[in-house]
Amino acid sequence: MTQQSDDQRNSSAPVRGGVDLLYSPKLRGIVSQLIVLLLLAGGIYWIVTNTQANLVKLNQNFGFDFLNKASGFDLSTSLIQYSSDSTFSRALLAGFYNTALVSILGIIFATIIGFIVGVMRLSKNLVVSSAATIYIEIIRNIPLLLQIFIWYALVLKPLPGTKQAINFFDTVFISNRGIIAPHVIFGEGSWISVTLLISALIGTWVFRRWSRKRQEATGQILPAWWISIPIIIAAPILGLLIAGWPLIWDYPVLSGFNFKGGVTLVPEFIALFLALVIYTATFIAEIVRSGIIAVSHGQSEASHALGLDNGKTLRLVVIPQAMRIIIPPLTSQYLNLTKNSSLAVAVGYPDLMYTAGTVNNQSGKAIEVYSIALVVYLTTSLVTSLLMNWFNARVKLVER
Amino acid sequence: MTGFVRTIDAPKLSPPKGEVGLIHTLRHRVFNSAIGGVLAIAIAALLFWTAWTIIDWAFFRGVWTAPDRELCNAEGAGACWPFIKARSLQWVYGFYPSAERWRVNLVYLIGAISLAGLMIPAIPFKTWNALFFFLLYPVIAFFLLLGGKFGLTLVETEQWGGLLVTLVLSVTAIVVSAPLGILLALGRRSEMPIVSLLSTIFIETVRGVPLVLVLFMAANMFPLFMPPGVNPDKLLKAVIGTSLFASAYMAEIIRGGLQAIPKGQYEGAQAIGLSYWKSMGLIIMPQALKVVIPSIVNNFISLFKDTSLVTVVGLFDLLGIVQTGFNDPKWASAQTSNTGYFALAVIYWAFCFSMSRYSQFIERKLNTSHKR
Repeated sequence: MTQQSDDQRNSSAPVRGGVDLLYSPKLRGIVSQLIVLLLLAGGIYWIVTNTQANLVKLNQNFGFDFLNKASGFDLSTSLIQYSSDSTFSRALLAGFYNTALVSILGIIFATIIGFIVGVMRLSKNLVVSSAATIYIEIIRNIPLLLQIFIWYALVLKPLPGTKQAINFFDTVFISNRGIIAPHVIFGEGSWISVTLLISALIGTWVFRRWSRKRQEATGQILPAWWISIPIIIAAPILGLLIAGWPLIWDYPVLSGFNFKGGVTLVPEFIALFLALVIYTATFIAEIVRSGIIAVSHGQSEASHALGLDNGKTLRLVVIPQAMRIIIPPLTSQYLNLTKNSSLAVAVGYPDLMYTAGTVNNQSGKAIEVYSIALVVYLTTSLVTSLLMNWFNARVKLVER
Repeated sequence: MTGFVRTIDAPKLSPPKGEVGLIHTLRHRVFNSAIGGVLAIAIAALLFWTAWTIIDWAFFRGVWTAPDRELCNAEGAGACWPFIKARSLQWVYGFYPSAERWRVNLVYLIGAISLAGLMIPAIPFKTWNALFFFLLYPVIAFFLLLGGKFGLTLVETEQWGGLLVTLVLSVTAIVVSAPLGILLALGRRSEMPIVSLLSTIFIETVRGVPLVLVLFMAANMFPLFMPPGVNPDKLLKAVIGTSLFASAYMAEIIRGGLQAIPKGQYEGAQAIGLSYWKSMGLIIMPQALKVVIPSIVNNFISLFKDTSLVTVVGLFDLLGIVQTGFNDPKWASAQTSNTGYFALAVIYWAFCFSMSRYSQFIERKLNTSHKR
């Protein structure tokens, strides 16, 4: 039998040779990939020639030299020294810092609110759980951009002008220019305070490790939080006292129509921040809820049987296990928040997107400017996912 | 000895007193602990205060009939409803000529009927309906809305606006992203390294950047990529941007569905001698797409919300057209923008909430068919 089938195959091979080649998956793969590559190369060539022709027509050339020229526009708020004499690249950098500021603060607050609301939604208390449900179902079904506009209208409109600013002891002013607070300048000798703070942080970390070891060995629990937090607060204050209180307060003063000095939280930032936090928190709450539900009920029952109360069960048994399910979707929510911060363009908070748009208007270098923005957003997304993957690997269940 | 066998059920006893009713619910599910009780009262007070503020503003202090902004601008006036009444047609049709609005209505009607046929499980001919909605309907809608052929007058896209633009953008994006997303998902899972690499690069790049950036790039860079002299329509640029954006997300959803199909299905299809495209089209995709229907609906919800971003590149979608009304000297008042935003929030919420309910319904329905 084997002999026969071998013979058949041998006899048919020469006849069907050409057809076999046609049906060979390997060859087909190579050919189709070549076709894809050719199409792509053709498309890129077409785009490049078109772009060149268009740029010649607009009397422009491709290049990043413009980044060193003076920008000629102001930003309403910036974390670094910036004026209209600064370069385009510095404008983009200032924009990036503003994006980072609103994203990082937004992520922190959205996580806190999201966790609280997610746990609230699972509460046995009817009022608490239905309040969480109402909040989630209303907020997440309204476009974020609309929410930014609504907060902007709610935040900015009722505020008085700078002359009638709401005044807190001549230090903090609230007006339609934003919240203006004194700016602190650290004078000479502040390093003592910083050193003490760092050593307090290291010290409490060591102390907490030791107290945990002690608990594992003897079962005695030390109130580690209640001991370490006052130390962390007290250490830098002590350092400042030793150095003779070297703080210089830069108070805001009304001059003309605006305030001079101090730090300003512009209303655009407040509106964007509130909208981002309140919107993203609903998604985080749903992630937290499904993560907690996924932890088997036996876990919390066993924990209660061991005599842990509700809070400790949640903190020590349920949440650590839920974290494994929560972290991957949480990462994508963090990325969403960062990307959504680009909606700042709608209210004029000078984030990366807004400054990129302004730089484009001033220089007319659309391709270069938006490519930079693309690369920066992609890198930010990548770094965030890498960080979260690292964190995820740490909390992951260690299996054999 | 004869046994006694009961032939009728004993009457059901009512639950013990104090175990049912409002009082019991309050005692056991609200005031079961001191902290819980205090928290519940605080939250309930906050909820009622918020609800009362909105109801008071919208109804009791609201202005119901007014010829212009005079009454809305009065001290202590609430919502300015006449503004919405005066503008509502523009919100739905944009600047579409009134004589031609029947065309928009017809497009809405055909779309609604076809979509209802797709969404209600009991209605047959799903495949034909899907083919109609995804292939024929966009063509019909295009010619009906734009005109210029078949004796219809041309209506430039600059005249489109409001809900029309929002729906055109989101429906086109979802219709385009379905085939593109399938191709990209298959490409990413392909064993051909170049195809898989290119698909992955496209998907990850688009998913890594904000939609606003994609829209800005479509608006500012896309014209440079075209042959000199070709300047694509503003709406077209936004449609291309949102469609590419939606395709990347759709591809990831479909890839998830493909991964959920057991390997035996792929091998089975190969074993009966189906080619790659036949095994995908006849065996894998029908199962994978069914699994991801709820995710596709959810994707459509976020797409529908995201179309509001085209306001930023100067298109008059629903959000954009409502905002233009705020500057109308006839209606500009302290309450105009609040009323407009409130109405917008209600409209968007109604759309998105009903869609998310539908997504949950279909998820439950599909779940049971998979359970053994």
